[in-house]
Parts: sequence; C-alpha cells; structure tokens
Amino acid sequence: MRFEFTDEHDMFRNTVRDLFADRCPPDAVRASWETTDARVPDLWGALAEIGVLAALAPEEAGGLGMDEVAFVRILEEVGYAAVPEPLMEHAFVAIPALAEARSDALDSAIAGSTTITIDIDGSGTVASAAIADAIVTRVDDGLAFTTQYDTTALTTIDQSRRLAAVKGGVTVGLDGADAALAYDRAVLGAAAQCIGIARRLLDATVAYVGDRQQFGKPVGSYQAVKHHLADVRIAVEFAAPLVYRAAWSVAHPETHEPLARARDVSMAKAQASDAVDLAARKALQCHGAIGYTFEYDLQLWLKRAWALSAAYGDARRHRDRVATAIGLA
Amino acid sequence: MDLELSQRQVEFRDEIRTWLTEHHPGRIASMDTPDGFEAHREWEKVLFDAGWSVPAWPVAYGGRDCDLIEWLIYEEEYWLSGVPGRVSANGVSLLAPTIFNFGSRQQQDHFLPKMASGEHIWAQGWSEPEAGSDLAGIKTKAIRDGDDFVLNGQKTWCSRGAYADWIFCIVRTDPDAERHRGLTYLLVPADSPGLERRPINRLDGEPSFAELFFDDCRVSADHVLGEEGQGWGVAMAAAGSERGLSLRSPGRFMAAAERLTELARSIRADGSIDVRLRDEVVDAWIRAQAYRWQTYQLAAGLMGGDEIGSEASLGKVFWSELDVELHATALRLLGDRAEIVDDNDWLDGYLFALSGPIYAGTNEIQRNIIAERVLGLPRRG
Ligand SMILES: Cc1cc2nc3c(=O)[nH]c(=O)nc-3n(C[C@H](O)[C@H](O)[C@H](O)COP(=O)(O)OP(=O)(O)OC[C@H]3O[C@@H](n4cnc5c(N)ncnc54)[C@H](O)[C@@H]3O)c2cc1C
Repeated sequence: MRFEFTDEHDMFRNTVRDLFADRCPPDAVRASWETTDARVPDLWGALAEIGVLAALAPEEAGGLGMDEVAFVRILEEVGYAAVPEPLMEHAFVAIPALAEARSDALDSAIAGSTTITIDIDGSGTVASAAIADAIVTRVDDGLAFTTQYDTTALTTIDQSRRLAAVKGGVTVGLDGADAALAYDRAVLGAAAQCIGIARRLLDATVAYVGDRQQFGKPVGSYQAVKHHLADVRIAVEFAAPLVYRAAWSVAHPETHEPLARARDVSMAKAQASDAVDLAARKALQCHGAIGYTFEYDLQLWLKRAWALSAAYGDARRHRDRVATAIGLA
Repeated sequence: MDLELSQRQVEFRDEIRTWLTEHHPGRIASMDTPDGFEAHREWEKVLFDAGWSVPAWPVAYGGRDCDLIEWLIYEEEYWLSGVPGRVSANGVSLLAPTIFNFGSRQQQDHFLPKMASGEHIWAQGWSEPEAGSDLAGIKTKAIRDGDDFVLNGQKTWCSRGAYADWIFCIVRTDPDAERHRGLTYLLVPADSPGLERRPINRLDGEPSFAELFFDDCRVSADHVLGEEGQGWGVAMAAAGSERGLSLRSPGRFMAAAERLTELARSIRADGSIDVRLRDEVVDAWIRAQAYRWQTYQLAAGLMGGDEIGSEASLGKVFWSELDVELHATALRLLGDRAEIVDDNDWLDGYLFALSGPIYAGTNEIQRNIIAERVLGLPRRG
C-alpha cells in the first residue's frame, strides 16, 4: 500500500499543465465559443506530439502504454484549463477501445490525424460529434465504430463543449472491446475533470476575494466568505483521492472485477460531481455580480462545471450504482 | 502507486482480526460511568497484555513498532470488530505524541508504559469557563514555589476527569506575560490535595464531564512537559494530532457506515428502502471511503517525510460532519422508533456525534484555520 504518485507521473502532468497554460489560456477557451468548431487552433497536434493522445495505447501499437492512474492527473488539468477539445473521449475511452478491438482506426487516432468521440450509452446525444471523424458507440452489449453520420447541433450552455444529436452513419462492430469498461472510463474521466474544474474555481475565487475590497478590507477577510471557501477546499480534498483510487481499480482488472470497478468509479464521480457543484455555487457567490457576467472568465468554468457534473451520470445516478454494488438496491 | 495490501499487511490484518474475534469481551457499560470506566480499564489491560493497546509505539513502551499503514489497518479491524471503545484514547492520541516529542527520558520511561497498560488513564484539562475556543485566554494560575507549582483556578468540560488518574493541563505560569506566552504544559495527578473534581452530566445524562477546582494545589515541577513558559507550542503540536489522524481514524466511520447499510437492509421486511434514504445511506458510505483513501494518501506523504500542519483541520471538519450525518441517517431510518432509548446504539451514537463539531477545536475555528493557513486568505476582518 503506497498511495503516492511517482516522479514520472508528476513530470508528465507538469508538461501537459505547461502546454495548456501556454496554448489554452482563458482567451483561447473564450475564443472557441465564437468559432464554428469550438476547437483551439493547433492544440490537438501539440497533444499528439507530446504523446498525450497515445498515452493509453499499448506500446506495441505505437502508444506509451501508460495507465489510468497517470492519465487522470492529465484529465484534471483538462478541467483546470477548461480545454475545449474532446481529449477525454478520444484518448481515455476511444483509443483503449480501439486497441482492445485491434481496429485499423487506431493508428490515425494515435497520430492525432483523426478525432474520435464517444456515445457511451447509445443515446445519440454526443459531445463534440460535429467535429469528430468517428464515434465509438454503444450498441447492445458491445461497442461499434461509427463514421459518416449526420449531426444536428444542440445549443448547450457550455459552447466550448458542444453536443449534437447523431443519426445514421456507417457502423462497424468493435469485437473484443469492453463496453462496460469503456463506460467506466468515461465516468472516471469526467470525474477527474470535475476535480480540476473545482480546483480552478477555488483558485480563481481565493485570488479574487483576496483582492476585492469592501468596507475597507479584502472581502476574503470576512468569515462568511472564508467558510464558503473552506468548504470547497474540504470537498475537493476528499473527492480527489477517490478519483485516483478508481483509476487504480480500472488499471488493475486482475484484482478488481467489474462490479468492484463500477463501485469505485461511481464513488469517484458522485463525490467529484458534488464537489464541483459546490465549488461552482460558492465561486459565484463569493464573486458577487462580476461573476454573473458573460464577460468575466469565471463563467467558462461555471458552465463546464454544470456540464460535467451531469455528464456520464450525475451524483445521484452514481450513488444508485454504488447502492447496487454494496447490496442496497 | 500501489493500492493493494502487501502479503505482510494481509497477514498483519488477519492476525489482529483473529485476535479481536477470539478476545471480544462482549458488551460492557459506558465508559462515561464509574463502573463502565473501570470495565474499560480492564479491556485496556487485555489489549496491552497481547501487545495490541498501542501498536504504533516502540516495543520498549509496549507497542509493536507498526508503521502508519499497519496502524490504519489495525484501526479498521478494531472498529469493524465491534469491541469496546478506548477509554485511554485521550492519553494515547493527544498526550502521548507530546510526550514522545517533548518529554524527558524519565517522563517517557515513567508515563508511557503505564499509559499503554491502562494503569494511568488520562484526561485533558485545557478548557475553562472563560476560555473555550480562545484557549490562550486561560487563567488557571500555577506559581512556582520551590520544587512545586501551586495551582489556583478552574477547568471545565474535562471528559472522564472525575475518574481519570492523571490530567494533562495547560496553566498560566507567568500572569504578566502576553496571552500565548507564559503558558506551561503540566501533568497533574488527579488525587492531588487541593484539586476537587465535580462531575457534570452530559446531554445524554451521563456524568462524563468534570469541573476541576484548584485551590492551592501543589504539583511537582518535574511534571512540566517541555519547557516552562512554552506550553502553547507544546500544546499546539498535540492539537495537530487531535484534529488529525490519531484521535479519529477512518476505521471508526467505515465500521459505522457498514452498520448503517446493514440497518438499511434490515429495516423493511421486504428489503426495500425509501429511495431518498437509500441515497443518504450510500452518500455516507461513500464519504467514509473518501476519508479512508484521503488518509492513505496522507499517510504515504507522512511516511515520505511530509508534516501534517493546518491540513489536519480539513479532516477534523470532514469526519465530524460525516459522523453526524451517518447517525442522523440511521435515526431517519428508524423513524418514530428513533427516540426510544433502550438498546438504541444509534441514538447514543448520534448524541456523541453531535459533540464532534464542538470538541477538538470547533468546526468554525477549523474553517478559519483552513481559510487562513491552507488557502492563505487575509487574517480576520
Ligand atoms: C463532548 C465534549 C468533550 C470535551 N472534552 C474536553 C476535554 O476533555 N478537555 C477539555 O479541555 N475540553 C473538552 N471539551 C471542551 C471543548 O474543547 C470546547 O467546548 C471547545 O473548545 C469550544 O469552546 P466553548 O465550548 O467554550 O465554545 P465557545 O468558544 O464559547 O464557542 C461558542 C460558539 O462560538 C463559535 N466561535 C467562537 N470563536 C469563534 C471565532 N473566532 N470564529 C467563529 N466562531 C467562533 C464556536 O465555533 C461556537 O460555535 C469538550 C467538549 C465536548 C462537547
């Protein structure tokens, strides 16, 4: 038992953090709202270049062979920077599924010349579907690879993460890919992003309330404000370890059968969704009216928080899954 | 990263699990009553004789030299087994770390083994009628007179102080010094002449609290822990352990969460549960797991040389509020039977859980600490 990230984990995370700070600052996120594709120019290529897209692909397939424990830290950074790209869907869910099925589509996905998103419950409502080249789709008990589909844009509140209704297309089965595992990966990936978003909301708010003066003092010196933010800090502190713990379960099928994995992943999402919801509420409250404007950057994270707290199942739904796993259904 | 128990850790877990099953003393009276206190002292001795009272201590003082991970495993098994609670807890978790850090060799050799065996049960004499959260405002005076200090003043809310053998106090040895200075950490024999102890009934009706009245009570200067006048620093070092791991480890709440799920399953004949209540049960269960994994992560840091500072306040708020929710959920499951006191551990537990956000530094104080020292927000407005 040693609950500790390695130096290698930290280095990989830092590289990606620096990349986002450089290529995906708040201005770039905001700019993506105005574009037709909601992408950040050149970011996808840069992610391919430093190996992020290929991180989870096996080494023999040209990937880095990393595990989920390393990658959830990357996804935290995706949340922290509110990166518009469907990195989680592509690199954390689609690529492992393509690798399991030994699909021909794997090479181009690793290279970043394609973008692949997911329809993990077969609902037909898909994130980033309009810009993706293909969708890894749930069909019955398995997964399939869908291309040449039609999309109808849905206007979502977070325009840097757009959804579309998907119809038709050419579908090829992905034999050998594990649909239940893919679902759990998506849930875990969303949970990790929630942690990053919550951290960003907290950091931004701590900075703001330390600066903003009322009654001749920083508003952050008032206890009501302090206690709001202390509660957010606590919520993040006790949600993040469940995300890492769930990543370990996903990475170690030999000791975690699917029910245990589902339990761990759902615990993580339930806590992470609750944490980011709290962070969003308190961040807005502590900013006052400036946080309630479209111009101020806080809204970029608020909207991502609302989207991802519910995406791939909200807290309540995941507590239901845990209930089943612990014999309370 | 490795989140599996090693072979050795599994063997350790099995060893303590088996021992607890074989030595379970059954139900004994509440430790907050005179008879129950003595029954719990006997249980301490049983643990001690088998080397299970203070497993994380050095062998020389009755421990097993367990590392932090083993200690957490021990705690999980301890609470899951349902054996009686630890009447020695205040000494073992609040005072002992201070003796290890600040005690002289003689003090360590004298006090630690007796604490481990239950021969000395310790109570904490810090709070006063006028000094609760504002601990530095204490007034109980201890004036040097030859080889002794002479104490005058009053302490209160001293848990099991009416039955304890020794009391660890913070007293004012320099009345002229500014608040935090001039305080001294002093170990006081409970049977000292000039010390009168009066029980106060707690919310549950048990005479657990004591008021302590010092009237020219003489205590040997040998019983100062750390330096005279340095009591604040010495005490705050223990406050870290009080808020953090050593007082309330995750095992306790994991066990309560397991019992809560059992209660939820058993409450209706057909096994069905109101969906909202079920959601609350699961939420509590998840939070107990969250505390567990946060602690394993913290433990890895501590074993790697990190120090636990103000971050301990995060855990204090989390476990105390979890404990209240766990028990409140159980009472909601029991519905209109919740108020019946007979054989209702959940009601007892609820009453006790309600004190968690108050003792060991109230949760408001903890949130102040988190905001100012963890988040770095500006000091008081
Ligand atoms: C079950 C139990 C066991 C205890 N056992 C012991 C023991 O063994 N030994 C011992 O010495 N003491 C013990 N105590 C006492 C405990 O340490 C005190 O109750 C605690 O420090 C709070 O002090 P107080 O009760 O005087 O409340 P007060 O300090 O008067 O606080 C009253 C309210 O005001 C709030 N408040 C105070 N200051 C601030 C501030 N700066 N900012 C925001 N809010 C503030 C508090 O949070 C609280 O809500 C025990 C208490 C309980 C309930």
